[in-house]
Amino acid sequence: MATEKKYEFSSEVEKRFQWLLTRYPTKDAVLLPILHLVQDENKWLTPDSIEYVAKRMDLSPARVREVASFYTMFRLNQKGQYVLQVCHNISCYLRGSDGVIEHIKKRLNIKENEITPDGKFSLERVECLASCGTAPVLQVNGWDYHEELTIEKVDRIIDDLLKDKNAYLDYEKRISEGSVA
Amino acid sequence: MSQKILPLHPLEKRVLIAGYGEDNSWTIQHYEKNYKGYEAAKKAVSMPADDIIKTVKDSGLRGLGGAGFPTGMKWGFIPKNSSKPVYLVCNADEGEPGTFKDRQIMEHCPHRLIEGMIAAAVAIGSKTGYIYVRGELRLAIKRLEDAINEAYAKNYLGQNIFGSGKAFDLTVHPGAGAYICGEETGLIESLEGDRGQPRLKPPFPAISGAFGGPTIVNNVATLAHVPGILLNGAEWFIKMGNGTNRGAGTAVWCVSGDVQKPGFFEVPVGTKLSTMLNEICGGPLTGRKFKACFPGGSSSPLLKAEEFDVPMDFDTLAAKGTMMGSCAIIVVDDSRSIPEVCMRTARFYAHESCGQCVPCREGTKWTYKMLRRVCSGQGTKSDLKNVQSACDNMAGKTICVLSDACAMPVTSMLKKFPEEFEKLLIPESEFTPELPKVSGQLGSVLDAIRARQQS
Ligand SMILES: Cc1cc2nc3c(=O)[nH]c(=O)nc-3n(C[C@H](O)[C@H](O)[C@H](O)COP(=O)(O)O)c2cc1C
Ligand code: SF4
Ligand code: FES
Repeated sequence: MATEKKYEFSSEVEKRFQWLLTRYPTKDAVLLPILHLVQDENKWLTPDSIEYVAKRMDLSPARVREVASFYTMFRLNQKGQYVLQVCHNISCYLRGSDGVIEHIKKRLNIKENEITPDGKFSLERVECLASCGTAPVLQVNGWDYHEELTIEKVDRIIDDLLKDKNAYLDYEKRISEGSVA
Repeated sequence: MSQKILPLHPLEKRVLIAGYGEDNSWTIQHYEKNYKGYEAAKKAVSMPADDIIKTVKDSGLRGLGGAGFPTGMKWGFIPKNSSKPVYLVCNADEGEPGTFKDRQIMEHCPHRLIEGMIAAAVAIGSKTGYIYVRGELRLAIKRLEDAINEAYAKNYLGQNIFGSGKAFDLTVHPGAGAYICGEETGLIESLEGDRGQPRLKPPFPAISGAFGGPTIVNNVATLAHVPGILLNGAEWFIKMGNGTNRGAGTAVWCVSGDVQKPGFFEVPVGTKLSTMLNEICGGPLTGRKFKACFPGGSSSPLLKAEEFDVPMDFDTLAAKGTMMGSCAIIVVDDSRSIPEVCMRTARFYAHESCGQCVPCREGTKWTYKMLRRVCSGQGTKSDLKNVQSACDNMAGKTICVLSDACAMPVTSMLKKFPEEFEKLLIPESEFTPELPKVSGQLGSVLDAIRARQQS
């Protein structure tokens, strides 16, 4: 059985980690920023990455897990390659988020909080994403926003992601092209 | 971000988001060239701290994060000559449903916030600041980090700011998804690398906050107002609003829900709600009528359409039994069911309760569950009574005010739209309790009962 490579910071993350340590009066305060960097690199907080972070932070793995589990952005389980999170709070509801959720369920043939069999997508409901003026809104993988959704737009997003196209689109580029919203 | 750039309405007055939509509005070059960028900070480093605090007090600036606390007074609570380091923390967690104002400032005018923080830091004697940004807002985080680097390069931040011998270091700290981290002591816990569970007060953060030091937590919009006030004076700020220091300055209102033109609009404090919705936002959707709105985010008690003729300032809205909150107007029209809106409001707070206080943890959960039953057409009169009593029993009885934030809007909807709830109720005699779904022998017994209930 091939042993998986254990997680370690890349040189980029290591550099950032060293810099972060100079920015706070305590080491503990670096935990949230470093977990973000690890998750970006690793897609989710695998048990070995948590163990590694714990060691580097002089904390127990249980403590790192305890803190991480408080926050909805940290993923402690593997999810789809693209996590579609649809806001279901008041403004998005008023602008049709229920229809968006139903459509994605049908199109991907999954229920909420499930992963498609090919591991490509998961679907979740989330609370207000601070984009209520351009509701309804969904985000891909925690921060790539898509706003003023229509069923056609949702289909286009899924079509693109199926081909791994336009995933993690450069925000600045999207804004300068006027294609946001 | 991401609102199409529309021509400004004559009532719009851009101070906080001056430059929004202009090319490279987020660069230091643009800010210095067009908006007297960093002149206020330059002025502040040579002013006595007490003078800065006095000017801010005189201006009538009040916190735009939700509570509307007078900013100058808050700064005055920081002990003079503290032996511990003083921290300045900007609350950019932007979690209140309906609110999207802070990200416009951070994404398009980040230098105004940074400049405001420099001046605030001089006023309270802080050498270290953090901007706690909601983790999902990657563009805001990037623009702020770039802007901070630009400011360091010019020695506007660092060990010797503007050659004054004073130091101020500023760092962006990403949140990770938890509404409760917007509450100032929850935010401090989170900044320190812990779960964001609010602390018991006292001690207040101004005495003992982040890392044990005296700490000021201010909202993005509050801090971004400071440069204008220092440069143009307190009078200018008062005049811009309704001319009293009850309603000074401008605020960026976020309008969402059932209106023609949702979006964000910076107007003087004291502008009428009806003017905002009918003139600036183009009125209700075709064929519909306004029914009600949350005037200050989902935590604020609702106003009915006939109450819209009201100036939006802290005290007037408070006198009407609601609040300016985070300046977020969520509009609900006559095609909507208030109980449905109410259920979704409660669901949010039930989801976001951090669980430390029993009245909040249980109260928000049961409020949501009972409202869900009412909305599904299975609720009875006693469910409504229980919702009210859950609300009465959590507000004011907990560590932080999240429980009040749930109880206030829910209570207001029950009180202002009782007929909509009553319409959905069934008589107690028709009530069938929901049986739990379990497997095994007990499960088949329950299935049999369920079948009998349905026949
Ligand atoms: C549950 C809860 C959530 C809050 N969320 C935010 C928030 O997202 N942003 C914010 O600026 N203030 C928020 N506040 C208000 C802060 O506790 C605090 O009053 C504010 O940041 C102070 O800044 P100001 O004086 O400039 O308004 C929240 C309060 C509570 C109780
Ligand atoms: S009131 Fe609710 S959110 Fe606030 S500390 Fe208590 S349990 Fe947590
Ligand atoms: S309600 Fe969906 S983004 Fe605010």
